[in-house]
Amino acid sequence: MARIIAGVGTSHTPAIGASVDNGKSGEPYWAPLFQGYEPAKAWMARTRPDVVIMVYNDHVNAFDFKIIPTFALGCADEFPIADEGWGPRPVPPVKGYPELAAHLVQSLVLDEFDMTIVNEMQVDHGLTVPLTLLCGTPAAWPCRVIPLAVNVIQYPAPTGHRCYMLGKAIRKAIESWDEDLKVVIFGTGGMSHQIQGPRAGLVNTPFDIAFLDGLSRDPQRLAGIPPLEYLREAGAEAIELVMWLIMRGALGERVEEVHRFYHVPASSTAVGNIILESR
Amino acid sequence: MTDGKRKEKEEAYEDIPGTWVFDAQRARAGYHLNEFLYSLMKAENRKAFLGDEAEYTSRFRMTEDQRQAVLRRDWNRLLELGGVSYALAKLAFTDGKSYQFMASRMTGMTEKEYVEMMLKGGRSPDGWRSKSERPGKA
Ligand SMILES: [Fe+2]
Repeated sequence: MARIIAGVGTSHTPAIGASVDNGKSGEPYWAPLFQGYEPAKAWMARTRPDVVIMVYNDHVNAFDFKIIPTFALGCADEFPIADEGWGPRPVPPVKGYPELAAHLVQSLVLDEFDMTIVNEMQVDHGLTVPLTLLCGTPAAWPCRVIPLAVNVIQYPAPTGHRCYMLGKAIRKAIESWDEDLKVVIFGTGGMSHQIQGPRAGLVNTPFDIAFLDGLSRDPQRLAGIPPLEYLREAGAEAIELVMWLIMRGALGERVEEVHRFYHVPASSTAVGNIILESR
Repeated sequence: MTDGKRKEKEEAYEDIPGTWVFDAQRARAGYHLNEFLYSLMKAENRKAFLGDEAEYTSRFRMTEDQRQAVLRRDWNRLLELGGVSYALAKLAFTDGKSYQFMASRMTGMTEKEYVEMMLKGGRSPDGWRSKSERPGKA
């Protein structure tokens, strides 16, 4: 049987990817961040998942405004890297797992989560930056990736509670797949940040730390945070954090926090990283 | 129902200062503006736009207000008129500028001041939670 063995929460700030792509990751501005990700990278190399479910959002790259799916599951066997306006990131293409993705869609829809099925899709920094942070710069990504894109750009994003419940349904779906697979699920985006208007640059470290604490100790409380609280307390773009609740929901009741890192800033963003193993 | 348009009651998030939440009404009003911005993902469109901004923008069904705000790079006005920051960033990239540059312009700081604020831990939410905390200000 396939199993979700762990979850990774991480920011996906585009400037992090750009710093690697432009050979700047050793500079004083970036070095502390990459140092902070070293344990997570080592964990990833040790854990060697067969499949990663990457919960992320597209930033007006794969989807423009013609169609805005709330939850979209990538069912292709390969996902090309998007040109976001300065050329595609020089990273390997992302290999999917269409058979397992098809199973996920079927199971999730019957569990009343109406996924949008996406058979062709380019992926942007929301998906590739977490891979870079956890896997470095290999010639090919070490595992297959199933993208799960969430609308967090046009208000309202799905609620935290909805996301948490979707995570639980994903766990159930994975456990009904009859193949020995180690699956790791990523929740990406955040943490506190705002990149629009006179309030841009907002960071709320106490909010972020409480969010990280809640992931291991009280996810039910986090699932109850209303959208307005994310916007007001942690910045207009911090609503991305609901995607971490899909990850948390997919881990079952008991988890052990095996790693945490927090750093300000990466561009306009407070960066967080947590690894939770299912127990 | 005064002018034939339904007026929604004000949403609670409109009380957050210095922020235009990209909600369904703003997305509706900004649709053609955002489609224009999306077109700048292609190198040939970036070139055409920079070659003749007035002509290129006239190909899109945005309002004259939106068009003028594009030509002026009036970032906050573009947010107010339904532009979304991730799409606006493509205009900044077309100008050879970064996200951080665009964000700094929105705050009225220089890019250097903005970067320094971030290095010091960012903008505190204190004083920025409600418009009632900022009478007469952004
Ligand atoms: Fe994002």
